[in-house]
Amino acid sequence: MAKKLMKGAEAIGEAAIWAGCKGYFCYPITPQTEVAEYLAKRMPESGGVFLQAESELAAANMIFGAAATGTRVFTSSSSPGISLMSEAISYIAAAELPTVFVNIMRSGPGLGGILPAQSDYFQSTKGGGHGDYHLVVLAPATIQEAVDMMMNAFDIADTYRTPVMVVGDGLIGQMMEPVEFPDDYTPVKADNSSWATTGCKDRDPHLVKTLYLDPQLCDDFNHKLARKYDEIKEKECRWEDYNLEDDYEVLLVSYGTMSRICKTVIEDLEAEGIKVGLVRPLTLFPFPFDAIEKASQKDSVKAVISVEMSMGQMVEDVERAVKYKKPVSHYGRAGGIIPTPDEVAKVIKETLKKNK
Amino acid sequence: MQSEVMFAGFGGQGIMMIGKLLAYAALEEGKEVAWIPSYGPEMRGGTAYCMVVFSDRPVASPVISNPSHLVVMNRPSLEKFAPVIKPDGICMVNSSLIPIETDRGDIDELRVPCNDIALELGNVKCANIVALGAFGARSKLVDMDILQKAVEKQFSAKPKLVPMNIKAFRTGAEKALEGM
Repeated sequence: MAKKLMKGAEAIGEAAIWAGCKGYFCYPITPQTEVAEYLAKRMPESGGVFLQAESELAAANMIFGAAATGTRVFTSSSSPGISLMSEAISYIAAAELPTVFVNIMRSGPGLGGILPAQSDYFQSTKGGGHGDYHLVVLAPATIQEAVDMMMNAFDIADTYRTPVMVVGDGLIGQMMEPVEFPDDYTPVKADNSSWATTGCKDRDPHLVKTLYLDPQLCDDFNHKLARKYDEIKEKECRWEDYNLEDDYEVLLVSYGTMSRICKTVIEDLEAEGIKVGLVRPLTLFPFPFDAIEKASQKDSVKAVISVEMSMGQMVEDVERAVKYKKPVSHYGRAGGIIPTPDEVAKVIKETLKKNK
Repeated sequence: MQSEVMFAGFGGQGIMMIGKLLAYAALEEGKEVAWIPSYGPEMRGGTAYCMVVFSDRPVASPVISNPSHLVVMNRPSLEKFAPVIKPDGICMVNSSLIPIETDRGDIDELRVPCNDIALELGNVKCANIVALGAFGARSKLVDMDILQKAVEKQFSAKPKLVPMNIKAFRTGAEKALEGM
């Protein structure tokens, strides 16, 4: 299949269609409204439902309802919209329904700005909604990766009966890059015959619920979820090792488009004789703790820097991974300011000076 | 081998479009390419811009501090971005709207009266295509036939506009080659 230049938001919409998604319930918000614009036309074309709800809260609950029927559904939003959806996400996790959410992150907090950010790391991996649940979180760095991860997200959601979130930033939403869609893709065929509400003729009714008033039953259910997440941690953790062959002095940990900036920095500094390595998490949950620990243990490593467009969120998980055996610091910008390669290079050099 | 071209002007001058056309042409030639728009408040008036990055290898950082080349359609864009292009780069200046020069002795400053040419051809709206033709011819970054085909395809939904835009593209190209 030939490569086509596509805007990230549109490619994400198209990827959902390729994955057999038949429902998109949404609310517009910059910088991802193009997903809705694109699917307003494309979803009905492919026999699915497109519906703009009255709010993100409504959209997320529509997702909840539609997912209960066993249909592949997804929604997309940006940071403040995801906050509104967070209650529904907790419910969906509790109902064990396969769903996909897309967060095209923008600067916050509050209404914030519309430019790219990575300041929803906590929201997607540690919190968002209430209770003991986790989202599987995928973080693409290119538009092609966004397409691949979208399709993969539906499969993961169906395999584990769990909500999955793909997090991009404003750049992923707005950039155009060449993408291709896999001609040979076959969706995971998960058996939802035991729970999906498809009409109860000739069978007992199914009940999709999240209420567990009996404390023991609720405790049991939480343990069931925990076992699910353990399995996910075991099987679905993904990351990229970059430039870890030589004796790098600084290890960067970075995801999404920020990691691409880091790759340019690594190349620039290589030319100056400074060796820098990178571990790029592809899944933010499950987080690649072991890979980062391993990469940080090399004798040559003097410092580890978490480079993220935030005031420092992923850095806490990086610290956990490194177990205080090497100095860990954070570099990032907020407000939608994207650190330039020159800026990051400067920070690396200063860090090296500080950690002789 | 990586090239970065920044296109800048006020919202409405068709900056995003000519960036996309260059990106399509680069993709046609089998290059790796990224088109990065500004989408902040500068979209309306002022200094809207887009960056086209293309390379033999996958594009790493989409954020470029110092692009190789610049196409500026209005004065605030020249003032803001001319200082950051790399030495020996091309700066295509829309002299119809920009009375000042870049004050850089180390770049190839190509001055083309894009709005005036567009008006002569029938519609000021094709000034951006004049600029694209001029920059394309001067920089030789992509094959001009491929770039022209991209222009034709862009306006294929409105066939009446195609001849004027082709003329705009070719006139821009001629102007660029005049100075060489």
